[in-house]
Amino acid sequence: MLKTFTLGGIHPPREKLSSGSAITPLPLPERVSIPLSQHIGAPALPLVKKGDRVKVGQLIGEAAGFISANVHSSVSGVVLNVEEAVDASGYARLAVVIRVEGDEWDDRVKQRESPDRYLSAYSREEMLSAIQAAGVVGMGGATFPTRVKLTPPTGSRPEILIVNGAECEPFLTADHRLMVERGRELLIGTRFLMKALGVEQAIIGIENNKPDAIAKMREAVAKHALGIKVCPLKVKYPQGGEKQLIEATTGRHVPSGALPISVGVVVHNVGTVYAAYEAITMHKPLVERVVTVTGKSLARPGNYLCRVGTPVACLIEAAGGLPGDTGKVINGGPMMGKALASTDAVVTKGTSGVLVIPVGEALRKPYRDCIRCTRCVQVCPMGLEPYLLMTLGEYQRTGELERERVMDCIECGACSFACPAYRPLLDVIRLGKSRVGQMIKSRK
Amino acid sequence: MNTLIVSPSPHVHGGDSIERNMYGVLVALLPALFCSVFFFGWGALRVTIAAVASTVLFEYIIQRYLWRQPVAIKDGSAIITGVLLAFNLPSTIPLWLVVLGALVAIGVGKMSFGGLGNNIFNPALVGRVFLLISFPVQMTTWPVPNGFETTDAVTGPTPLVLVKQALRTQKPFAELLPGGEHSLLELGTGSGVAGSLGEISAFALLLGFAYLLLRRVITWHVPVSIFLAIALFSGVLHWSNPAYASPLFHLLSGGVMLGAIFMATDYVTSPMSRRGMWIYGVGIGVLTIVIRNFGAYPEGMSFAILIMNACTPLINKYCKPKRFA
Amino acid sequence: MSSIILYTTVSLCATGIASAVILYLVARKFRVEEDPRIDRVEALLPGANCGGCGKPGCRGFAEAIVKANTLEGLCCPVGGETTMPAIAAALGLEASARVPRVAVVRCGGDRARRPRYSRYDGYISCAVEHALYRGESACPFGCLGLGDCARACAFDAIRVEESTGLPVVREEACVACDACAKACPRGIIELRDKGVKARRVFVNCVNRDRGALSRAACGASCIGCGKCARDCSFGAIIVENNLAYIDFHKCRLCRKCVSSCPTGAIREENFPPRKVELSRIEFEN
Repeated sequence: MLKTFTLGGIHPPREKLSSGSAITPLPLPERVSIPLSQHIGAPALPLVKKGDRVKVGQLIGEAAGFISANVHSSVSGVVLNVEEAVDASGYARLAVVIRVEGDEWDDRVKQRESPDRYLSAYSREEMLSAIQAAGVVGMGGATFPTRVKLTPPTGSRPEILIVNGAECEPFLTADHRLMVERGRELLIGTRFLMKALGVEQAIIGIENNKPDAIAKMREAVAKHALGIKVCPLKVKYPQGGEKQLIEATTGRHVPSGALPISVGVVVHNVGTVYAAYEAITMHKPLVERVVTVTGKSLARPGNYLCRVGTPVACLIEAAGGLPGDTGKVINGGPMMGKALASTDAVVTKGTSGVLVIPVGEALRKPYRDCIRCTRCVQVCPMGLEPYLLMTLGEYQRTGELERERVMDCIECGACSFACPAYRPLLDVIRLGKSRVGQMIKSRK
Repeated sequence: MNTLIVSPSPHVHGGDSIERNMYGVLVALLPALFCSVFFFGWGALRVTIAAVASTVLFEYIIQRYLWRQPVAIKDGSAIITGVLLAFNLPSTIPLWLVVLGALVAIGVGKMSFGGLGNNIFNPALVGRVFLLISFPVQMTTWPVPNGFETTDAVTGPTPLVLVKQALRTQKPFAELLPGGEHSLLELGTGSGVAGSLGEISAFALLLGFAYLLLRRVITWHVPVSIFLAIALFSGVLHWSNPAYASPLFHLLSGGVMLGAIFMATDYVTSPMSRRGMWIYGVGIGVLTIVIRNFGAYPEGMSFAILIMNACTPLINKYCKPKRFA
Repeated sequence: MSSIILYTTVSLCATGIASAVILYLVARKFRVEEDPRIDRVEALLPGANCGGCGKPGCRGFAEAIVKANTLEGLCCPVGGETTMPAIAAALGLEASARVPRVAVVRCGGDRARRPRYSRYDGYISCAVEHALYRGESACPFGCLGLGDCARACAFDAIRVEESTGLPVVREEACVACDACAKACPRGIIELRDKGVKARRVFVNCVNRDRGALSRAACGASCIGCGKCARDCSFGAIIVENNLAYIDFHKCRLCRKCVSSCPTGAIREENFPPRKVELSRIEFEN
């Protein structure tokens, strides 16, 4: 019996078109625009100005506070400007625009891991500062600074590290390819993070539709690592949700409003683990990541290793160009990704995929009255009542929304996906969530 | 460059639709319809067609001319109301009564609340109960099924009348059943038993139930909790005094199967959480047996469902689904 | 037979009397003492429960007045010119003077002036669209046109015009309750003094981007050039964060700024037509 989470869940078509295509480096773009806010928390403070020459891996934005992250140049060249540029949402954010000239790396970055240093040679502090210096953030999409997650609050004791290789979003295969092609590195990275956290046990959760990744990771585990377990999971969305993954792999339930650390668990995405590995062994900052470029209408869906700040248009060009019938371009997967208003938006540390949807499938159908079929209640992985939350949200009944635990919603979109009346449940619930959030804040 | 579409996530839909569910229910009703035509002859078809035509027509008229809104009769919900209403009527009922019942079902039971999704009571049952209370004679003149034979229809009592008879005379119930316990099989298949169109064959209805579960149109909770409640409650009564009918009789006779599988599971009027469904189902089962054994009417299913429909908002308020952690 | 009727009548009457007594006792016991003035004030209020006064409905407003025992800072914006004096008279208090106000929509980016680059296809709500992205046009401050203001209005005084995609206020219906301004996620709607003969001059834009950016997004935007502020003889205009704002307390309605604005972002309302119409093109070139 394969493990999974208990409540709700859906089975969207997987559509993993690019699971067989190897990670290919994307040719360098002509110019990049590197946002100084690619993470949750305070935007980084710019360290360069117009006309400066920068190298790959050079620090161009310094973390501003505890919950923030460093930003490095992903290319070498000349800073054209430090200006307000539109981000994926179309709102202006400070970004460093660099014209690419050659590919010259910063001297501190090593091109391969030093062969003479073993795990025991790195102290905990050394690893943490390497991760912080490299600006590593959660690469599954939440972009929470990794260093903060590796420093549990006093009084809590981490017991298990969970490496999230579920990749439950349809279409996306970046994590999948990473596990297949960089299994050994991931294992070393996992060992690093275990040591940094002081835990003896790690579980790599992988959905069962990636047998090659499971085999590869198992093989690597058998060769190298103690205390690491590969846990195949039954295919069900949203398996990669933090609370769902913890339940599926360990059976522990994170209480409402609490962090995973409250049950002694820390979850990191495989992309993050890989970035941490590179940061520790090579002092390589987070300047490039694997992005899945996919869509049924694309000529060559694939997985590309691309520099942070690359315009999405360049990625789509590499995958065969934007088809004429394109309706939506999504940053991320179809369930939780963000639709882009323009392909000028750039790849950031949290971009796991670019999905192109033809116009015929992109438009929503007009929604109708709720027929109270209970589908949304059945599929909600948090045991909420989306139909009720939507109604309360429409009437702005903030107090009741809070009592109905709207803040537990993980915004997975299963309710909207399953609704036979095409109701935009999550749209309204998300709005209600932000209103309740404001109310809670104002109370303090 | 073409204009991109932007919307909040999720960007894909599962493909489920109101139509898929409604027509799923209609397909599940087909075996029972075949059975009733087989046993009651063309009269059954006549009533069904009249009911469906009038429910759809009334919904069309109200949406088009009263609400001045886009007509949504294609969603199939009015057709279901029509079929279910017909299934609750005897095959010999005058057609004008069918039309009247359809008007009450759609006009009062459904559209006055705001249409599909907003009604409190199951529309077909509102129509049925209205007819039962207003025209008790026509509504309880049950033809004995004789298929397509042209002889004049013979009317007879439904087996449920025997329940009260047994209790009055305090004789063991089994003695009153013509053919003894053997006739339970007839209740199951439907031959030779008087009753409404859709009540005729429990097996055909169970076939529909299986189909609904397979297509995931409904979940098993409501019907199964009703069956369990009826079996347990009537079992205790039967065990204490054989004058009460046996659980199997109660399950197979009258509208229990039709009501539990097709009417109590109506999306709009049943609770939203699993726990709520159990309470709702048990409530219907217990009320049915109470009305059948101690009430004035021989059959209690429709009243039981309507009463529990009224309790549904309250159940929804207090029965929350199991939360994560 | 008659005995049955008798029993029934007697027992029903007895039940009725018993219930009445219980109800009476309960009502006595749990009686809530309330200031009778609250009811009197409430009767004078419009009863729209719009929340424009900042209190939960008219009853809440009446309670607040009676509790405070002064009208300082308490004003029903809906009741017109008679309500507050009437309440003052009823309570024997001093009525504070009140200047009539009206909601003003400060965005001139209609479909012609502000091209749309993407298409929004989510739940029809400005708040949802605003949280998701900058909107269909390139202006991250401008009106989204989905009508949260219109839905918030209890008086049918604001409506989104189909042709321009912008909300229009019906002045005669607007009671300045502030509901639309609160509903607007972008703070485009402002309550301004109605002005002499309802004449008003205001900056019809809230874009705080640099001039080049806002100009690129919309032809009707304020670019923060400061020309109006320099031209104003009364010091009524301040420019902050690339955006001009006209203080309606200081403005004397001379309209010099209207003609000097290079983008036509300053709007005049309810003035008689000018004798010599100034050509905007002249300024743009």
